[in-house]
Amino acid sequence: MTIYKHELLRGRKAFIIWTGVITFMLAVCIIIYPEMKSEMEGMNEMFASMGSFTAAFGMDKLNFGTLIGYYAIECGNVLGLGGAFFAALTAIEIICKEERVGTAEFLLTHPQSRTRIITEKLLSVITRVVALNVVVVAIMALSILVIGESIPWSEMLLLHAAYLILQIELALICFGISAFIRKGGLAIGLGIAALMYLFNIIANITDSVKFLSYITPYGYCDGATIISEGSLDAVRILIGMAISLFCVAAAYATYPKKDIK
Amino acid sequence: MKAIQTENLTKSYGKARGIVDVSLTVEQGEWFGFIGPNGAGKSTTIRTLLGLIFPTSGSARVLGLDVVKQKNEILSKTGYLPSEATFYPGTRVKDIIKFSADLRKKDCSKEAKELCDRLQLDTSRKVDELSFGNRKKVAIVCALQSHPELLILDEPTGGLDPLMQHEFFEIIREHNKEGATVFVSSHILPEIQHNCDRAAIIREGKIIACDNVEALGNNNAKKVSIRGDVDLTGLEGIKHDSTEGGTRSFLYSGDISVLIARLASGSLTDVSITDPDLDEIFMHYYE
Repeated sequence: MTIYKHELLRGRKAFIIWTGVITFMLAVCIIIYPEMKSEMEGMNEMFASMGSFTAAFGMDKLNFGTLIGYYAIECGNVLGLGGAFFAALTAIEIICKEERVGTAEFLLTHPQSRTRIITEKLLSVITRVVALNVVVVAIMALSILVIGESIPWSEMLLLHAAYLILQIELALICFGISAFIRKGGLAIGLGIAALMYLFNIIANITDSVKFLSYITPYGYCDGATIISEGSLDAVRILIGMAISLFCVAAAYATYPKKDIK
Repeated sequence: MKAIQTENLTKSYGKARGIVDVSLTVEQGEWFGFIGPNGAGKSTTIRTLLGLIFPTSGSARVLGLDVVKQKNEILSKTGYLPSEATFYPGTRVKDIIKFSADLRKKDCSKEAKELCDRLQLDTSRKVDELSFGNRKKVAIVCALQSHPELLILDEPTGGLDPLMQHEFFEIIREHNKEGATVFVSSHILPEIQHNCDRAAIIREGKIIACDNVEALGNNNAKKVSIRGDVDLTGLEGIKHDSTEGGTRSFLYSGDISVLIARLASGSLTDVSITDPDLDEIFMHYYE
């Protein structure tokens, strides 16, 4: 697992920064919850009367007055975007950076098969994504205890499971793309994460493009649905996993035969 | 078993030329030179042998193993020194050397220390801070520390000062004496002339000559230098005709008796007819 360890070591700074920022922002949201709670009734009415904007962010179905309702909205905004960007950026660079930086020649002239190399790289990406989410959940639970609320474990873990699956899906898609490209990874990674987020907003606003919610992983991360149904949308997750596995398979089929420049 | 054997090895980059029908044989334990200017196909050949790129047609075997199907086994027995070494930014020299050994699943710490001492390489520095020459030294340590059976060296001395070049060739000589095959690509011809048993010359992707280094120089062409007046008009086989400081020099590949007769008819104060060095031979092949 030399390459796996090497990748974790190389990516530690980015991991610490992203985890720190996301955790800090979410913790702040929790810490200010008691103060916000008293003003929630008025806010609920305000959020419920913003038309399409309300639906776009799922605020028509969630009650800001409850901790889990508030948590689902904040989690969606911070972890939904921050975690997705981290996963996409980590994965999109994982293979192509070797050619971009010029280290591919060094790495690929050592006795390690390309399949093994990309497998260890993929595992390092998944490890970082999972670790980020574990840290976030732990700090969130702690923050909730600090403000004197009881932890709504089942809803909270379901929400985090959805966001973890979303991040892994985006990571796998970006990993697949990384095997094909040499440059421009960061722009593509950010673009994919942002586009998926946008797809979900558009699908929430109008029913005519509802199908987009089946393409974007944000489609199965709707906090209101998860909390009210107490389960994740298996169909959307399966579609997402199918897309991800296709991208990973494409990487495994292509990279071992790719000419390295 | 040959150290390297290629048969009609061809690599095309779309419409662009890579290498065409390259057929080479390098014996085990041999020190083989691969000569050609930039863009002739030296690096393409090397990258194909190392499995970085895949042949369009033809075949190549390294240490008896197929470059496409048995790449890992080849790489476990091969040390490669690239012309321009690039490492992971922010990494220290010792970590790169250790990473390289770990990728080979070998503990090479003793050999690495010895090589670093001989090359005067400070292993505590970050690779980003290193000069081109010092980065080259890191690549040398990575290539040699596992005592590979085959050394593939691409423009090996670039960036090294003369003392380090001398030390580097001493190290390579020791590895060669221990049985390692050395395949060195270069356009610095004295390096080939002084060290190699045989050499191949590549031009526009094709091997145009492959022989002992002495035999390559002995291709009927003579280097002629004269001072004085003589009419050589119409004499066939003259190349690289130039005059400097009153001395006229040229390569001659025609009938030597005709040349002597023509020189005798002139009024000369000095004549020398010698075998050309590899630099001049190289130019001869390239014109």
